[in-house]
Amino acid sequence: MNHPFTMNLLAVVLLLPLFGFLAALAVPRSSPQASRVWALAISLATFVASLGLLFWFDRGAPGDQFMVDVPWIAPLDIHFAIAVNGVSLWLMILSTFLTPICVLISWRSITRRAKEFYAFLILLEFGLVGVFIAQDLFLFYVFWEVSLVPMYFLIGIWGHDRRIYAAVKFFLYTMAGSVLMLTAIIYIYNRTQTFNYAAILEMLSSGKLVFAPGEQMLLFLAFFVAFAIKVPLFPLHTWLPDAHVEAPSAGSVMLASVMLKMGTYGILRYCLPLFPSAARACAGWIAVLAIIGIVYGALVAMVQPNMKKLVAYSSVSHLGFVILGIFSFTQAGMDGAVYVMLAHGISTGALFAIVGLLSERRHSLEIADYGGVATVAPWLSTVFLIATLASIGLPLLSNFVGEFLVLQGTAIANYQWAIYASLGLVLSACYMLWMYQRVIYGEVNPEIRSHVPDLSPREWAAMVPLIAVMVWMGVYSQTFLQPIGKVTARVLDQTQVNVPYRVNRAQPGAEVANAR
Amino acid sequence: MPASFGFSSTDAIRFLPEIVLIVMGTLLMVLDPVIHKRSSEAFGHISLLALAAALGGAVLAYQNPGPAFGGMLMVDGFATFFRVLVIAVGMLTVLASYRFLARQDAETSEYHALLLFSISGQCLMADSNDLIMVFIGLEISSIASYILAGYLRDDKRANEASLKYFLLGSFATAFFLYGVALIYGATKSVNLTLVRQAIAGQDAPSPVFIGVAAALMFVGLAFKVSAAPFQIWAPDVYQGAPTPISAFLSAGPKAAAFAVFQRIFMTALEPIGNGWEPLVWGAALLSMIVGNFAALLQTDIKRMLAYSSIAHAGYVLVALAARSDVGVAAAMFYLAGYALMNVGAFTAVSTLTGKGERYTSIDDFAGLGQKQPLTAAMFSIFLLSLIGVPLTGGFFGKFYIFKAAMESHLVWLTVLGLLSSAVAAYYYLRILVVMYMKEPSEATVNAEPLSPGLSLALILPAVGTLALGIFPGWVLEFAGKSSNLVK
Repeated sequence: MNHPFTMNLLAVVLLLPLFGFLAALAVPRSSPQASRVWALAISLATFVASLGLLFWFDRGAPGDQFMVDVPWIAPLDIHFAIAVNGVSLWLMILSTFLTPICVLISWRSITRRAKEFYAFLILLEFGLVGVFIAQDLFLFYVFWEVSLVPMYFLIGIWGHDRRIYAAVKFFLYTMAGSVLMLTAIIYIYNRTQTFNYAAILEMLSSGKLVFAPGEQMLLFLAFFVAFAIKVPLFPLHTWLPDAHVEAPSAGSVMLASVMLKMGTYGILRYCLPLFPSAARACAGWIAVLAIIGIVYGALVAMVQPNMKKLVAYSSVSHLGFVILGIFSFTQAGMDGAVYVMLAHGISTGALFAIVGLLSERRHSLEIADYGGVATVAPWLSTVFLIATLASIGLPLLSNFVGEFLVLQGTAIANYQWAIYASLGLVLSACYMLWMYQRVIYGEVNPEIRSHVPDLSPREWAAMVPLIAVMVWMGVYSQTFLQPIGKVTARVLDQTQVNVPYRVNRAQPGAEVANAR
Repeated sequence: MPASFGFSSTDAIRFLPEIVLIVMGTLLMVLDPVIHKRSSEAFGHISLLALAAALGGAVLAYQNPGPAFGGMLMVDGFATFFRVLVIAVGMLTVLASYRFLARQDAETSEYHALLLFSISGQCLMADSNDLIMVFIGLEISSIASYILAGYLRDDKRANEASLKYFLLGSFATAFFLYGVALIYGATKSVNLTLVRQAIAGQDAPSPVFIGVAAALMFVGLAFKVSAAPFQIWAPDVYQGAPTPISAFLSAGPKAAAFAVFQRIFMTALEPIGNGWEPLVWGAALLSMIVGNFAALLQTDIKRMLAYSSIAHAGYVLVALAARSDVGVAAAMFYLAGYALMNVGAFTAVSTLTGKGERYTSIDDFAGLGQKQPLTAAMFSIFLLSLIGVPLTGGFFGKFYIFKAAMESHLVWLTVLGLLSSAVAAYYYLRILVVMYMKEPSEATVNAEPLSPGLSLALILPAVGTLALGIFPGWVLEFAGKSSNLVK
C-alpha cells in the first residue's frame, strides 16, 4: 500500500487517458485502424491499472485512499488532489470498464473521422474518471465541465439526424446548472479560504464553519440543481431523451452508464455532507419528484416506438430510484442507491450497446422495423434477454439487489413512497418485455433475415464482460456492498451534523444485515 | 504640475517602450520608398522587430520602477503588465496581417506605422498617472485606430466603420476631457495622487462637482471599452474594419482603456467609491445582458464576436465593481486571457474571409474542421475559452472575477453574470457546430493553406490561452503583486 507505485497508481489511471488523447491526436488521419487499436490499447491499459487499485484497496476503511496531492495554483491554494473511497472506486472502475467496450462496439459503426471520435472518447474517460476522484472542489468543477466537451462533440458529429439540436441542448442544460454550482463553490471558498473538500467537512463538523439556514438552503439548491439536471431528475430531464437518441451507441452508453452518475454521485458526496439540514428539509419534495420520475419515465417508455428512446426513458425511471434511495436517509436506501447506480450502468450500458448492434445491422431504431431476430441471431437475442431481465430487476441479476435495498430503505423512511415507487418495477417489466417481444419474436421480417447476422467475435468480446458483471452483481453483491456501505454509513453520519433533529436510525446494523 | 520639465536618464528608461515605438514608426514611414520596391513583407518584419524592442524596453523599464517626468507617468507592475499585453497584442496582429494584407493587395508602411503609433499610445495610457497624460495617450491610440479601421478604403463597410468610430470616439473623448476639466477646476490638479489627496482631504471640493466629473469620465471610458449603454459603435466598427484590425481593436485599446479606468477609479476617485460603484455595477450588468443576448441573433461572425466583446467588457466591469485589490488583479488576469482568445478568434476568422472580405457569415465556416483541421482546432480552443470551459484562460479569468465580486458581496451580480455567460455558450457553440458538424461550404473548400505567420498567430495565443487556464499561478501572482496601485 505504501509502495511508491501503488501510491501513484491513481494518478496513472487518471493521466493515462489524457496521454492517450494527446497521442491519439498525433495518429495520422489516413489510418482509422491505428486510431481504433490505439484507443483500445490505452483504454484497456487504464482498465487494468484501475483493477490494480481495486486489488490494493483497503475494503474496511471508509476514508479516502490512494491520495495524491500536488499544489496546483498556489495563489489560491488550489490543489491537484485525487483519491478514491468505496463509492468513487466503483464508479471510476465503471468508467474504465466501459470505455474499451465502447471502443469495441464502435469498431465498425464509426468510419467517418474515426481519429477524432476515438480521441474524444478517450478524453471523455479522462473527464469522467476525474470527476469521481477529485478531492478539491475546484478540480471537481474542472472535470465536471471538461467531461462536457468531448460528449458534446461525440453527439454533435457522430450522432443521428437531430444530433446538433441534441448536442447543443445537452451542453446548455448542463452549463446552466453548473454555473450555479460554480457560484456556490466560490461562496464556500470565500468563507473557508480553501477548496480542500476534506478540510471543509472538517470545519463543518468541528463547528468552525456554520451555514445559516437560509444560506444553507440556497447553497444546497445551487449544487442540487446542477446535479439534478445531470441525473436527470424530473422535470429537468428533457435533454436526456434527445441526447441519448441522437448520440452514437458509444456516446449513449457513456452518457447513460457513467455521466448520469456524476449527478447522483455529486448529490451523495457533496450535497448531503455539506448541507445536511437543507437536504433533510427538502427530502420530502425531492422524493416526490423522484417518484414522479420513476412512474412518468416508465409510462413514457411504454409508448415509445423507438428503442433508444425507450431505454432512455427507462433511465429516467431507474435514476429516480437512486434519488429516492439517497433521500431516504437510511443505510439500506443509500447502499441501494449506489448499487443501482452501478447496476444501471452495466445493464443500461449493455442495452444501449445491443440496440447499437441491432441498428448497425438493420439501420433502424424503430421497434416496428424488427421482429423475429431470435431466429436469425439467437446469441444476440440471448444477450439481449439477459440485459433486459437485469434491467427489470430479476433476482440473481444486478439491478435486483439495488432496487430491493432502495425500496427497503424507502419503506423505513416512508412506507407510501415505497408503494408508489414499486409501481416503477412493475411497469419496467411491462415496457422492457414488450419491446423484447416485438423485436425478437414474431414473424421474421425479410429485411432482418438478410441483414442481421449473429454476434461476431469482437462483439462477443464486448458483451461477455457485461453479462459476467451483471451476474456477479446479482449473485455476490458483497464484493460491492462492503466498501459502499462504509462510505454511505459515513455520509449518513455526516448528515447528522448541525441537524436539530436526529432521524430514526433504529438498529442500523440490523437493517443492513436483513438487506444482505 | 512639476516646476520644470527635466529629462533625466531614468525618465528615458522608464519611457523606453513609447520612445522605441514612436521612433520605429516614424522610421518605417521614412524608409517606405526604399523598402517598398524590394519586399513589402519587410514592413511586417520591421514592426515585429520594433515591438520586440519595445517589449525589451518594457522589461527594462520595469527593472527601474517608479514615477517619471515629475510623477506624470508611473512605471509599476500594473503599467508593465498592460504594456506587455498591448505589445503582445500588436505582435499577434502583425503576424496575422502578413497574409491578410497580401491578399487585399494593401501592403503599405502606413499600416504598420499606424499600428506602432496606436500601441505607443496604449503604452502611455497604461503608465500615465496624470489625467492629461491619459488624454494624450487616449488620443494617440484612438486617432491611429480610426484610420486603421478604415484602412481598406475601397470597402464601403470599412469607410462606415472608420467614420462611425471617429465621430462617436471624438464625442467620448470630449466627455472625458470635460470630466478632466471639472476635476482640474475642483482640485487644482490633474495628477491622480494629488487629486486623490484633494478629494479625501480636509476641505474637499463639492461632491456634486466631483461626482459629475467622475460620471463624465466614466462615460468617456465606458465608450472606449465598449460597455453598454455606450456600445453602439462596436458591432459596426468590428464588422467593417479589416479583420486583423478588428482583432487589434477588440483587445489592445480595450485593455489600455481598462488600465486607465482602473488607475483613475481605484486611485484618484477611490474615496468616492460608494458613489460610482452603482454606475459600474449597472454598466456591467447591462453590458453582459446586451452583449450576450444581441450576439445570439447575429449571422455575421465578426459582428457576433463584437457583441461578445461587449459582454466580456461587462465581466471586466464586474471586477471593477468589486472595488478591491483582488478585483483589480482579476481584471488584469481576465484582460490578458481575453486579449489572447479574442485576438486568436479574429485571426482564425481572418484566415477565411478571402479577398475583399467576402466570407464573414457564420455559415461560411461550415466544414472548417475537415478542410482546415489546425485552424478549426485552434478556433475551438478560443471559443471554449470564450465560453468559459475549464482549463482555458477564459474560465479561470471568469472564475477569478466572480470570486472577487463575491468577496465584495456582489452575489446577485455574480449569479446574473454567470447565468448570462451560460446563455453566451449558445452562440459560441453555433460556430463549433458549423465548423465540425456541417458539410464544407464554398469558403472552406477554397480556403488557402495556412502561412507560417498565420499558424504562429493562431498557435501562440492558443498555447497562451491553455497556459493561462492550466497554470495560471504565474500571471496570477504577478497580477496580485501589481494590483496594489500607488495611491
